[in-house]
Amino acid sequence: MQEATVSFKARAERALADPTLKLAIDRTTGTAERKRAVAMTQFPQFEAARERGKRIKDHVIANLDHYLLEFERNAIESGAKVHWASTAEEASQIVVSLCKQANAKRVTRVKSMLGEEIGLPHALDEAGIERVETDLAEHIVQLGGDRPSHIVWPSMHRTREQVSDMFKRAHRVPHQEETIEAMVASARRELRDKFLSADVSISGANFLIANTGATCTVTNEGNAELTTTPPRVHIVTAGIEKLVPSIEHAFLMLRLLVRSATGADVTQYTTFHCGPKQPGDRDGPEEFHIVLVDNGRTRMLRDAALKEMLRCIRCGACMNHCVVFRQLGGHVYGGTYPGPMGAVLTPVFDGLESSRDLPHACTMNGKCQEVCPVAIPLPTLLRGWRDRSWREGLEPTAARFGLSIHTFVASHPRLYRLGTAIAIKVMRLFSRGGLVRGMPGLGAWTKHRDFPAPARRSFMAMYKNSENKR
Amino acid sequence: MTTPQSASRPASPPRVGLFVTCLVDAMRPSVGFAALKLLRDAGCRVEVPDAQTCCGQPAFNSGDTADAAVLARRFIESFEPYDYVVGPSGSCVGMTRAHYEEVLSNDPAWSERARRLGERTYELMSFLVDVMHYTPTDVKLDSSFTYHDSCSGLRELGVHDQPRALLDKVTGLTLKPLEGNDVCCGFGGTFCVKYPSISNAVVTEKAEAIERSGAQLLLGGDLGCLMNMSGKLKRQGSKVRSLHAAEVLAGMGNGPAIGEED
Repeated sequence: MQEATVSFKARAERALADPTLKLAIDRTTGTAERKRAVAMTQFPQFEAARERGKRIKDHVIANLDHYLLEFERNAIESGAKVHWASTAEEASQIVVSLCKQANAKRVTRVKSMLGEEIGLPHALDEAGIERVETDLAEHIVQLGGDRPSHIVWPSMHRTREQVSDMFKRAHRVPHQEETIEAMVASARRELRDKFLSADVSISGANFLIANTGATCTVTNEGNAELTTTPPRVHIVTAGIEKLVPSIEHAFLMLRLLVRSATGADVTQYTTFHCGPKQPGDRDGPEEFHIVLVDNGRTRMLRDAALKEMLRCIRCGACMNHCVVFRQLGGHVYGGTYPGPMGAVLTPVFDGLESSRDLPHACTMNGKCQEVCPVAIPLPTLLRGWRDRSWREGLEPTAARFGLSIHTFVASHPRLYRLGTAIAIKVMRLFSRGGLVRGMPGLGAWTKHRDFPAPARRSFMAMYKNSENKR
Repeated sequence: MTTPQSASRPASPPRVGLFVTCLVDAMRPSVGFAALKLLRDAGCRVEVPDAQTCCGQPAFNSGDTADAAVLARRFIESFEPYDYVVGPSGSCVGMTRAHYEEVLSNDPAWSERARRLGERTYELMSFLVDVMHYTPTDVKLDSSFTYHDSCSGLRELGVHDQPRALLDKVTGLTLKPLEGNDVCCGFGGTFCVKYPSISNAVVTEKAEAIERSGAQLLLGGDLGCLMNMSGKLKRQGSKVRSLHAAEVLAGMGNGPAIGEED
């Protein structure tokens, strides 16, 4: 929360000055990038699958009302209780009151970015309910008292060396050996009995399957099964854009999601939940609740450009391949979702005024769009926010003034040539040995790199001269 | 054997309007003269429209679509009379070819003019190879180079193989591959001055990769990116010299590199 009071640029400076953070980011995103690249060579149908994935999501988004009602009908038929929340606050309050109704002292959670989006960890803590994060990375985030910095690897900002120290301080029987296996075993010892003694479990959903009313969750640790099976009450929170028509559609989306996220063919665990424990079932929750969350999504649906963002399946490929994210990590973005997808979504959730840096801090290189498994034109959406920021007067006066002068000058070629000639003269005055190492107005460039001295005369001037001689 | 009409070389010398681009005009005219020479060698009648100024990309990427539209209309008027428009920059050509329709989307007539001009607008390397089927002859440069694929050219225009095919014909010149050749250099137009620290972190990694390639020359097809990378290399005291690929292809590879005294 203290992050919000510090400006984006100040947060960026802090991140750039942290070599341990950079090491942690490079390890995780570097591995993700390499593994995805290998997975793509073994998935020649990727382009075709991506086109189908895009069409499935577009179809569902265009018929969202139909699929939502179908999902609700089938979920109720399976014995689930369906709740609707239009805002983040409403969603987290529904979950908290369900926990209170169940007299919950302790809840276990499976990592869910929607849970973060609706502020659930904070709401549960406020309500005095003990919250146990069962995802290993979320457990690390909880121990560190911070927020996820990546949507797939929430504790990506920590090196394993830092995690080792944290476990040694916090765990009852910490690891002795400095191996990953020993550290995982330490976390398992710490968490195992909490899994079994929780009153309520809370998970998210990667997909909501309309024709069965089932939810689908992917994990690599198996914590989803262990979390959601023993407690008496299971609550699923999901954004309304998670719908797919059928399980077949979910499988196609899974192929795209997992390869794009981790480079694996499939996650270790793919879990489907459909209703509470039925007569004859050996285990499972007695109550099964699904909280369907809007939180700005229907507003995005009404926007021709932002609507495309509702295709997002939260794989994280865009951030793994983003040159800016790879320098800054996720916390600098300040919202629930970091990287290019976060730069599109955070202005939706938090308003553009407080987040206008996010769509601007992008080089428009297009790599995110290239790797997106559902072909979201992220640079176009980011430019859309810049456009809106300009129209709403949020851009700095200097930029507005500068660009209107530039347009005026560039609309009058003779004036433009004169301006170019003067700029060349001035820059050459400040140059030595072919380089400008510092000059008023060029500081943002020359602080970090040299600026080449321009040639004596512009192309247009020299060309005119040479043509006259011909 | 017959080749499809679209892939064959224009029968008569096409009339090409050279889109110089602001940076080449003001900073490095040699790139413009190199483009002029290459297009003429390839058999084009080249003219330089006098009215051209800026394509409006800085305004467009700043969210100032209204100002971008003013400059887009000017650009279209200046270049419409030509068979082809060719510029030595993937970024500037990407603006006119991939984005003018969007900039002018409120005005169907102008948007259509943008689309039709866009179809005839090319980045220099891709025009030389894909349209003119040009092969450089008698160009010699004893050196090694590494190549950075600038993002707009690569992703908006599909420029990747063409510069390599052309440079391959330069006698004495060998390619040393660049690790992360398709990773952004951190220039990003106004990005590099709006977020200088982030841009610096990105270009620092790029400069390290360029050094690791072991090449004597850094070549590319976009002056903005080249100024960014060469500026970092120069500041770090690197011996790598940076040039626009067109300069090498036009036989100007031994002239002053970017940031060297003229």
